[in-house]
Amino acid sequence: MSTLTEAPPPLSPTAPEKKPPRRRGRWTPYWLLLPGLLWLLVFFALPMIYQASTSVQTGSLEEGYKVTWHFATYWDALSEYWPQFVRSVLYAAAATILCLVLGYPLAYLIAFRAGRWRNLIMILVIAPFFTSFLIRTLAWKTILADGGPVVGALNTLHVLDVTSWLGWTAGDRVLATPLAVVCGLTYNFLPFMILPLYTSLERIDGRLHEAAGDLYARPITTFRKVTFPLSMPGVVSGTLLTFIPAAGDYVNAELLGSTDTRMIGNVIQTQFLRVLDYPTAAALSFILMAAILFMVTFYIRRSGTEDLV
Amino acid sequence: MEQYEPDRLTPAQVAAMRRSLRNGRAAMTRRSLLRASAGGALTLGGLGALSACGIPAAGKTEGGTSAEDHSAEEKTVSFSNWTEYMDVDDSGKHHPTLEAFTRRTGIKVKYTEDINDNNEFFGKIKPQLAAGQDTGRDIIVLTDWLAARLIRLGWVQKLDPSNLPHAYANLSSQFRSPDWDPGRAYSYPWQGISTVIAYNKKALDGVEVKSVSDMLDNPKLKGRVGFLTEMRDSVGMTLLDMGKDPGKFTDDDYDAAIARLQKAVDGGQIRRFTGNDYTSDITSGDFAACIAWAGDVVQLKADSPDVDFVIPDSGYMTSSDNLLIPNKARHKTNAERLIDYYYEPQPAAELAAYINYVCPVDGVQAELAKIDEDAANNPLIIPDQAMQAKSHAFRSLSAKEETAYEAQFAKLTGA
Repeated sequence: MSTLTEAPPPLSPTAPEKKPPRRRGRWTPYWLLLPGLLWLLVFFALPMIYQASTSVQTGSLEEGYKVTWHFATYWDALSEYWPQFVRSVLYAAAATILCLVLGYPLAYLIAFRAGRWRNLIMILVIAPFFTSFLIRTLAWKTILADGGPVVGALNTLHVLDVTSWLGWTAGDRVLATPLAVVCGLTYNFLPFMILPLYTSLERIDGRLHEAAGDLYARPITTFRKVTFPLSMPGVVSGTLLTFIPAAGDYVNAELLGSTDTRMIGNVIQTQFLRVLDYPTAAALSFILMAAILFMVTFYIRRSGTEDLV
Repeated sequence: MEQYEPDRLTPAQVAAMRRSLRNGRAAMTRRSLLRASAGGALTLGGLGALSACGIPAAGKTEGGTSAEDHSAEEKTVSFSNWTEYMDVDDSGKHHPTLEAFTRRTGIKVKYTEDINDNNEFFGKIKPQLAAGQDTGRDIIVLTDWLAARLIRLGWVQKLDPSNLPHAYANLSSQFRSPDWDPGRAYSYPWQGISTVIAYNKKALDGVEVKSVSDMLDNPKLKGRVGFLTEMRDSVGMTLLDMGKDPGKFTDDDYDAAIARLQKAVDGGQIRRFTGNDYTSDITSGDFAACIAWAGDVVQLKADSPDVDFVIPDSGYMTSSDNLLIPNKARHKTNAERLIDYYYEPQPAAELAAYINYVCPVDGVQAELAKIDEDAANNPLIIPDQAMQAKSHAFRSLSAKEETAYEAQFAKLTGA
């Protein structure tokens, strides 16, 4: 921006006596940011303050709620609902890993091997978004129905005996088990993994692969030393985009799960709408936010990609 | 070969660029910005704001409950109802009974199906009602316990009996005086709901289910039994099964019923607690048996012959969805005229023939027989004496009880 102020005076002879160049640029970025900042203020900062306030209030619907700085709500909520917290993190982590395992090869294929099919495959990845999230999740109930062909096949192959033994499923069914919830999460958030992976893989210069080959790297070594490190920004943003919403999700656990697969999102929903315990619901939301923030910060530090995301 | 492409800089160049962006005058990195705005928000809004925004006590609506009644000059009424709770013609676009009302009175009805769940709808209208504002709705339809809560909070308007001659005369005796609204001063039932046990013949495979005990105890049904997230229905049916009266139970009875259900949850007998989505589970056979609403089952039966229902010997739960006029509604008189209209036997019969719920209007049977002979003889729509004798309502709860019971039930369902 400083180059603009130091630009040589215009050569045009028609305007010899020009005003000194305007000091443009100093405030411009802030003006441009204003709409975004206002949006953040109204739809993020204010609700956060309101929520924070709610979490330290006590009272009831009839008597109204007053701020009493009752921080014990946080401790009570955490000691009561820690299993659901742990479960949310485990399920979200499992779904993220599954998304990465499934999404990476697909993103790789689209980026390097798909050729003229690239656009078609991309559309296939995005197409499910044209249907409602709820409808897609409900469709899984039909696919995984107890008497359906999928469960029948898994039973014939004795796969469900193994998962049952591991505690992932119960008896000879898939629905209303942890496995169903994790599969639902994986399915619903897979595109959030594939898209960032694809963007960062697609940017890799094909000549780097040739160079690695010229230097006698085997394909696997090329992948390990060149492709994967260069795709790290995609891996990091993909895992974040998958993990964060998955940890707070409650639709999958509600529709595909059972009483022992309820996640923290379900608890917050129940507390807020059913039990009408607004302080506990607000406190749980804050604990979830803090936990995710903490884990994400740790993760970014560890993966050393602070500058990449 | 000079072939500069900006996105192929060497790491060193990238680092240099970043440094210049960070240290220059115009440097405004995302991080510093985030830090600045977060700090700003905290200092500005800050702790003062935290304590300023308590939630005021409910019921203390400023400026009274009624708005000026614009019924005379604005010939309209807005009616919020549940989905599939109104007669529809074959094209699916017209509601014949509503249109007949408009033809007769000249009052246009803005009919919206925006109620899906009592709890969610309460969350939706609560802010306006708590602040003493108009919700934009003249009639809402809520289940007993939520209607009771709104009356308790003082968020609905008292009805004017002089505008409700038919409703007053034709309301069935079983709906006349619920303990939460004696004499129907604030509410009139839209439809009655019977809670029964639904089963899927194919999924049961010969197992007999006639009571809640059968559902909870038969090991052959393990993991294939469903209960409702509606606390009063699930616990009420269990209380009946245990020989208790849901109309007058004690805390101990409630605890016992919860313990009985908890045992079934822990043992894996109960697959899950559902809202309205049990309909897909029972038709697919994932549920072999579940607690269900009779009106739904009548409709399900038409499409899937395997589904049927049974009324336990110990009785069944009844409740109703009620028409209410929220505070500050603009067209109270129009709303009352609409309520009264649905208590005339002819429109009531037309509605009952279409939606298959319990009709709360006396004298409808003869009219209904003209439209649909079977429906007129169906005890689920026009309850006969034997049916009425088995019906039980859940007693109304104080605010404190409601919170405690809901919390206990929430824990049962996995919180």
